[in-house]
Amino acid sequence: MTWLGRESRTRPGGALQAFAFLGALAVLPVVMGRHWQVNLLVFTLMYAGLASAWNLVGGYAGYAALGHGAFFGIGAYAMAIGTTHLGVGTGYRPFLLVLPIAVGTALAVVPIARLLLRTRAATFAVLSITVMFMVQTFAYNIRSLTHGSQGIAVPVPPFPFTTFERPFYYAMAILLALTVAVCWAVRSSQLGLALNAVRDDEDRARGLGVQTELVKLIAFSLSAGLTAAFGAVWAYYISYVFPGFAIDPLLSLGAILMAFLGGRHTLWGPVVGAALIVPAQQYFAYRYGASHLYLIAYAALFLIVIYLLPDGILPSTTQRLNRLRTRSRARTTPDLLPMEALNPRGESE
Amino acid sequence: MHLIVQATIGGILIGGVYALLASGQAMIFGVTRTVNFAQAIFAILSAYLSYTLFSDFGVDPFLSVLVLVPTMFAFGSAIYIVFLRRLTRSGAELALLVLYAMAIGIQGTLDYFYKTNTRVISPGYTNHSWTVGGYQISEVRLFAFLLAVVVLGSLHAIRQHTKLGRALRATAQNPTAAQLLGVNVERVSAIAMGLGVATAGAAGAVFGMVVPFNGNSQYDLLSKLLSISVLGGMASMPGTIVAAVILGVVESVVAAKISPDWSAFSFLVVLFAVLTVRPQGLFGRRLRGAL
Amino acid sequence: MDASLELRGIVAGYGQGDILRGLDLDVPAGQITCLIGPNGAGKSTVLRVISGLLEPRAGHVRLAGEDVTGWSPQRMLERGVAHVPQERSLFPSMSVWDNMLMGAYIIDDRAAVVRRATEIADRWPIVARRRNDLAGSLSGGEQKTVEIARAMMLDPPVICFDEPSVGLEPRARKNIFGILAELSSDGRTILLVEQNARSGLAIAHTGAVLDAGIARLVAPASELLESPEVGRLYLGAP
Repeated sequence: MTWLGRESRTRPGGALQAFAFLGALAVLPVVMGRHWQVNLLVFTLMYAGLASAWNLVGGYAGYAALGHGAFFGIGAYAMAIGTTHLGVGTGYRPFLLVLPIAVGTALAVVPIARLLLRTRAATFAVLSITVMFMVQTFAYNIRSLTHGSQGIAVPVPPFPFTTFERPFYYAMAILLALTVAVCWAVRSSQLGLALNAVRDDEDRARGLGVQTELVKLIAFSLSAGLTAAFGAVWAYYISYVFPGFAIDPLLSLGAILMAFLGGRHTLWGPVVGAALIVPAQQYFAYRYGASHLYLIAYAALFLIVIYLLPDGILPSTTQRLNRLRTRSRARTTPDLLPMEALNPRGESE
Repeated sequence: MHLIVQATIGGILIGGVYALLASGQAMIFGVTRTVNFAQAIFAILSAYLSYTLFSDFGVDPFLSVLVLVPTMFAFGSAIYIVFLRRLTRSGAELALLVLYAMAIGIQGTLDYFYKTNTRVISPGYTNHSWTVGGYQISEVRLFAFLLAVVVLGSLHAIRQHTKLGRALRATAQNPTAAQLLGVNVERVSAIAMGLGVATAGAAGAVFGMVVPFNGNSQYDLLSKLLSISVLGGMASMPGTIVAAVILGVVESVVAAKISPDWSAFSFLVVLFAVLTVRPQGLFGRRLRGAL
Repeated sequence: MDASLELRGIVAGYGQGDILRGLDLDVPAGQITCLIGPNGAGKSTVLRVISGLLEPRAGHVRLAGEDVTGWSPQRMLERGVAHVPQERSLFPSMSVWDNMLMGAYIIDDRAAVVRRATEIADRWPIVARRRNDLAGSLSGGEQKTVEIARAMMLDPPVICFDEPSVGLEPRARKNIFGILAELSSDGRTILLVEQNARSGLAIAHTGAVLDAGIARLVAPASELLESPEVGRLYLGAP
């Protein structure tokens, strides 16, 4: 009975969502086939993926990571170095590097992640962004590998001009589907529950026997690896990497903005957020890029989202629907006060 | 050896300016529990204003501090009242993102008005220096250091010996208890934000004489500032000052002995080295619950 | 002065839920009223509503007949209502003396504040003795005493105490109850929330049983102490 009940409640909706999503991903570049349209789609999918990957740490675990630009940059540089120094070749072959880059980054961040995750809240946010500054310094200064501020030109693949963007589009689409699948798997497993507990009250979660260090580490590592994969495809697509561009504070902030807009902690929120923001972002960059009004528009958009839609689009809508549904029912009351309400910050100076 | 001592002197002097900037950050964090991700761009903003006052009106940068400190105080308080006040309940994390977004918006505004070429404020005495016992002491840096000492001293006096100072400390230590004794916590937070941004105003005005800057320099400065904050223990003013001077010296010695390219990096190395041993920073106390 | 408190139909809570659901309560002037009840009944919330930390969603708070609903803590202090919260509320990194000065924060006349602090120090020896020590270095019982002394800086006619004895060793606890009785004999109105219900009721004139956000039963404290049903449900084994 419970099995049936659960089945009928979640499964068809979930499968339907997944099919609709994959179907849309497959046909989009055919329907919107112009160069600028496919280009826009490539960036939309990339940001949807980046925002979803960020959500694993920033949303599910509630750790405000600000430095994911570092992992994106690592992926981008790994691709650039792989194609130029290692002689992987061109055409479709560099795509084979994406998976090793993702796995390699996921493993390589473990030591630093362990260090970062010993801190919480504001300190974690601060440290995560310093990691990005660190990676940027490496990119500028280890010139033998990165060519410093000159950057690295990645060979342009010999894809036919009319459908040049398509392979990149499908690479991004596969990565995005993978990222959403990972997020879904995390959410519907023990891991998701544990991350939820960490977000609500980490000390209590640990007291209840949740291996908080381990689950945070897994989420962080997955998130970093996926972010690096997008960086790798991006580098091949743009065919040029340069420190200020590949390791960009705006990239992390953009992904966070999208996750916030769509709804943190939700599965589809980041995708929805990206679908709304990336076109606007590309428009601003195209229209105002040279005059730096672009940055102002970006900041303004961020503030609007935070002040007008603090919960994001998806949760706000769901809440409204739920309220309609339960309007007649009496309001329920929790037996325990939220701890923060009693003592919002009782720490010593 | 001579080189190291020379670099150490320079490092201590510039460390004073960092201390100024970072103490403001610590004050804001202490009272509002918000990391001010816009502290660096506030300093750059002040550097640009000081630049304009100097190049268009001939006002000496050290004199422009007298105008910039109250201006930035008002600016900081206004930002708290308009943007941050309503966020306190939903979490410090949102406030941090708002300030980060604001930093980017301000950078865009500065880039728009001043373009992105690097500038430096150079009054006649920029290259003057005294020689003491064979070591060069740059006039600008010494004055900048003295300014930092004066501002930090005043801040300390306010905190320790005035009613406002007691309210600031009380709010930082236990906001609910402060409120129950009649402290208007929101007003005190706005003042703390104002004071914190005002230190960025003072630091920026002189920073612009020591280091060439543009809007994008905010990231370099922010990375230094954040390292100092974490190392100093986020809310601890004395800790922050010590961390600032240590990092100023490390940076300066690395620049002299290895390469200026790695000087900013040295901040991060020191930071992570310390954190492996003490996650709460050099001077931070382990706080109850989340930090 | 008639410093009675009157709560009518108070609905209050945090976030989505309501903790108090239409609470009516009278706190008579010059008496000790003790609130008892299970965890989560809303005892602390009553105090937070009275002192202005939490604005009720519905209902009225009257002080000596005047409607003071939703007033800020500052205004309530000016009207003579103090609140000593449950958690330690001294500022740990400030000296005991600075803590005392904070007690009269709403008064601008510095000379008067210092005079008052000196008076308090004369009456509360611990304040004089530990004057320059950091408040955080005091023992739990000492901190509670200093907290109460600090609340006396404004000489408030009405004081709300939230579990003043919690976490204290027996001797310190006895000492605190002694202080409360003494404050009451000065004619102050005291509203006391006490987990240790028997000790609370023992010094109180009136007892009120709070459960699920309303006052179930209000009676003279001695009657509550003797009622077998109240004993079984709310006081635990004697």
